[in-house]
Amino acid sequence: MSGARGSKALGAYALERLLNAVPLVLGVIVVNFLLVSLAPGDPVTALIGEYPAPPDYVERVRAQYGLDAALPERLLRYLGSVVRGDLGFSFANRQPVATLVIERLGRTLLLMLTTVVFATAVGIVLGVWAARRPHSAVDRGATGFALAGYSIPEFWLGQILILVFAVGLGWLPAGGFRSIRADYAGWAAVVDQVRHMVLPMLALSFRYMAITTRLTRASLLEVMNADYILASRARGLSERRVLWEHGLRAAALPIITVIGYNFGFIVAGSALVETVFGWPGVGRLMYDSIFTRDYPVLLGILLLVSVSVILVNLLTDVAYALFDPRVRY
Amino acid sequence: MSGRRGAAARGAHPGVPGGAGNRGVGEPEGVAARATDVPLGATPVLELRDVVTEIRGVRGLVRPVDGVSLTVRAGQVVGLVGESGSGKSMTAFSVMRLFPTKAARVTGGEILLRGGDGRVRDLRTLGPDALRAVRGREIGMIFQDPASYLNPVLTVGRQLEQQLQAHGLGQGADARIAELLTDVGLSPEVARRYAHELSGGQCQRVGIASALACRPALVVADEPTTALDVTIQAQVLRLLARLQRDQGVALLLITHDLGVVAEVCDHVYVMYAGRIVEEGPVEDLFARPRHPYTQGLLAGVLDLLEPKPIRVSIEGSVPDLVRPPSGCRFHPRCPHAMPICEREAPPLLPRDEGAALGHSACWLHDPGVVGAGVTVEPGREDGP
Amino acid sequence: MAVPVPAAARAAAVGGLAGFWRQFRRHRTGVFGLAVVVVLVLVAVFAPWLAPTDPFTTSRAALQPPGTPGHLLGTDHLGRDVLSGVIWGARVSLIVGLAAAFTATVIGILVGAVAGYFGGWADELLMRVTELFQIIPRFVLALIVVAFFGSGLVNLILVIGILSWPQTARLVRSQFLRHRTLPYVDGARVVGMRAWRIIFVEILPNVLAPVIVVASLDIAQAILLEASLGFFGLGDPNLRSWGGMLNTAQQYVRIAWWMSIFPGLAISLAVLGFNLVGDGLNEATDPRLREGA
Repeated sequence: MSGARGSKALGAYALERLLNAVPLVLGVIVVNFLLVSLAPGDPVTALIGEYPAPPDYVERVRAQYGLDAALPERLLRYLGSVVRGDLGFSFANRQPVATLVIERLGRTLLLMLTTVVFATAVGIVLGVWAARRPHSAVDRGATGFALAGYSIPEFWLGQILILVFAVGLGWLPAGGFRSIRADYAGWAAVVDQVRHMVLPMLALSFRYMAITTRLTRASLLEVMNADYILASRARGLSERRVLWEHGLRAAALPIITVIGYNFGFIVAGSALVETVFGWPGVGRLMYDSIFTRDYPVLLGILLLVSVSVILVNLLTDVAYALFDPRVRY
Repeated sequence: MSGRRGAAARGAHPGVPGGAGNRGVGEPEGVAARATDVPLGATPVLELRDVVTEIRGVRGLVRPVDGVSLTVRAGQVVGLVGESGSGKSMTAFSVMRLFPTKAARVTGGEILLRGGDGRVRDLRTLGPDALRAVRGREIGMIFQDPASYLNPVLTVGRQLEQQLQAHGLGQGADARIAELLTDVGLSPEVARRYAHELSGGQCQRVGIASALACRPALVVADEPTTALDVTIQAQVLRLLARLQRDQGVALLLITHDLGVVAEVCDHVYVMYAGRIVEEGPVEDLFARPRHPYTQGLLAGVLDLLEPKPIRVSIEGSVPDLVRPPSGCRFHPRCPHAMPICEREAPPLLPRDEGAALGHSACWLHDPGVVGAGVTVEPGREDGP
Repeated sequence: MAVPVPAAARAAAVGGLAGFWRQFRRHRTGVFGLAVVVVLVLVAVFAPWLAPTDPFTTSRAALQPPGTPGHLLGTDHLGRDVLSGVIWGARVSLIVGLAAAFTATVIGILVGAVAGYFGGWADELLMRVTELFQIIPRFVLALIVVAFFGSGLVNLILVIGILSWPQTARLVRSQFLRHRTLPYVDGARVVGMRAWRIIFVEILPNVLAPVIVVASLDIAQAILLEASLGFFGLGDPNLRSWGGMLNTAQQYVRIAWWMSIFPGLAISLAVLGFNLVGDGLNEATDPRLREGA
């Protein structure tokens, strides 16, 4: 209960959360390993896909995973290679999986981060708007929008957006990362990039926006009934400041949590949206890998995504602690 | 600032619960009764005239405040007592037209406030911006549960700063906050703390600091000590009374604790089922309660040293405000109920010839209704 | 914190069906959701009679727009009737949705009940596993498992079900944690009732209402997940599913909008229906919300 809560305390808290995450990361690796071991047929097939691999490589994989050794030993070896950053080799792409994924990671992150920022901002505004006058037409509209957002699959929404804005109106490109034929430079290149990003971002935003809208509305409605809101009005604060400095600050906590804990869903969503729009990111790589039965890539992505979800959850906890002085650490 | 009351703590008032003997007369912080310190003619700071407040609820329209009139004069401490559900807190909220529920609204009467500039305005007709400028500046408010009235994720200092900024006093806010916190007996360092790091008593001290932050003419305190530990209650009450005296601010104190009223108030209003049933200077009203309800209240607590919620002392329960009793609202519980009480609500009649000692709303005082001598003496165990 | 009186809760569960319906009926969106679900069920059950043609029958009339005689919603690139596909697809979605949600609920109840009732190391272990399952992105894991083990209907149901139980488990656990200290459970222990009897006969009926709410939301999520897998080409190859139809539609977006509009609309409506029913159930069974209404 003491007032001394310096950055040192926060660091210790973060470290504690980090240590908490270690068993989870191990668990994720074990799940990954079990998938390889339990896959039907020859585990080597599961590891390198159904490729006519050179016999010496097949032998190397067998040795690396010690496929003739006992399960625990194989697990340990697998752990070792993961720790060294070795996620396997993709025969379809003739590249190490790690290299392949990292190369595409930037483009996926670009799409995801823009989406999170955009969706959160719009969701908060809509939520505030709806909460201002509960049960009004605006509120019902926002609630209806949120319900639709929960229910519409983002890949279908992507197709609709292409139909309307690319095919129908011709305003925006239907897919791709940037224009291949025209060689833009400088500002024009940025504009071109943004134009390619608008539709995938909208498609991916919808569900997130719905979640944020609904949550902002609910937490604001709850918070605005709090005693301290009444007190800040009694102190003469304007409604605007009551809302933004007291209401939203409190509502921010559940919003942060939801952004963090829904990270896994947005990863899945971006895989689907990238596929619809031919956005050359990790998601599209997943789609392609299914067709080429490039299992090492899929497993590598699963591991990477799981670990990043753990990491984002960890950051969420720390951000929560930063925002809420009541969290004891 | 003014020392006009310094040595004015006086002796015993017969009939005052708890007896004046319990108070140290020479105690520096002693808050003795001082009904006559404020001249009756002092300028009213706040005047409620026939204020009606309605709540639109699921079960229909409720009038927790039904034609309440009361006056708070400069430098005066006015108590408003009643059991829970009597509408006393809603009266407090009506002063600033600020309610815990959106369903509540002041629908009638006048709320006259004399501002710092001496101008009298009716808060009932004020627009939202003008009203906002009054809140926290001309009128400070202290709430019941101190901890929940502070935002848990903002520091105490930030919340006081917001208030000063809202009223254009942002310049030098830090110094002012330090001064305020010192005034209420807290370390200036508390400005950096959060509500959960403070005790209930400390939170309420912050609440008092906030109420006084912009040097208002009036402070409305809604049961400021009820939620605190008994030992802390006295401390906070004493602090409040001392600051009130030092700063010459008028105080409207809502409470269900008659001991508190006896200790700090100059004047008291007794509320029952949305209406004022009796009012007068504390010492006289406590010595000679005229209304059967007040008599019941005082009879119930007369020999108690510890204050006790008034509800206990009276038979029956609070009336349902959706369908209040006809006539005098107290008649179903009144030991002296007469046929007329059921039919007609009694007017507020002077408690004495000159009306200097307040009013009481009871048919028993109407010579046209009953002969002289029916008035019941206090201190006797009346009724069943 | 008001703890519901179990006796009353049970009475409400047994005799209060009419009362419950009265509560549910007050939420118009919930009733709308229910209507959507009923239509969906009817379409799925009567698919063979409702569908104009077999969904796999190809014809020369490829890529015909809606309104073409005999093809109300048009045909796809192989001349297959879109309307028939949408109607038969309802079966796949509904079967996968219901069966997967059922699987998830059963697992969730078992895990949650054991963790919440026994506590201690069992709780610790089970909650760690639950956390793990919550962290691994469901879609990616489902994708890999289905890719490995095949995308038959039963596989889809099992995979989706096995990946969807954590929320139910957490809910059931928290309910059991609360109930296991209540007098009626103590009473049952005192008279020597066996643990499994206390869990399933005494406690479980009292905590079922929120579980059913989550289950109906699970159905919506399962339908969505199945459609996503189908869109990735991992639906049951022997069945026409809405997700699968959208997968083929992807290549024809520019020239055959109807291939993508109608299956997508069907998915959205089905998911919306179950979501609305879940919301309605939630509001009708939550006494706190009821008072506030």
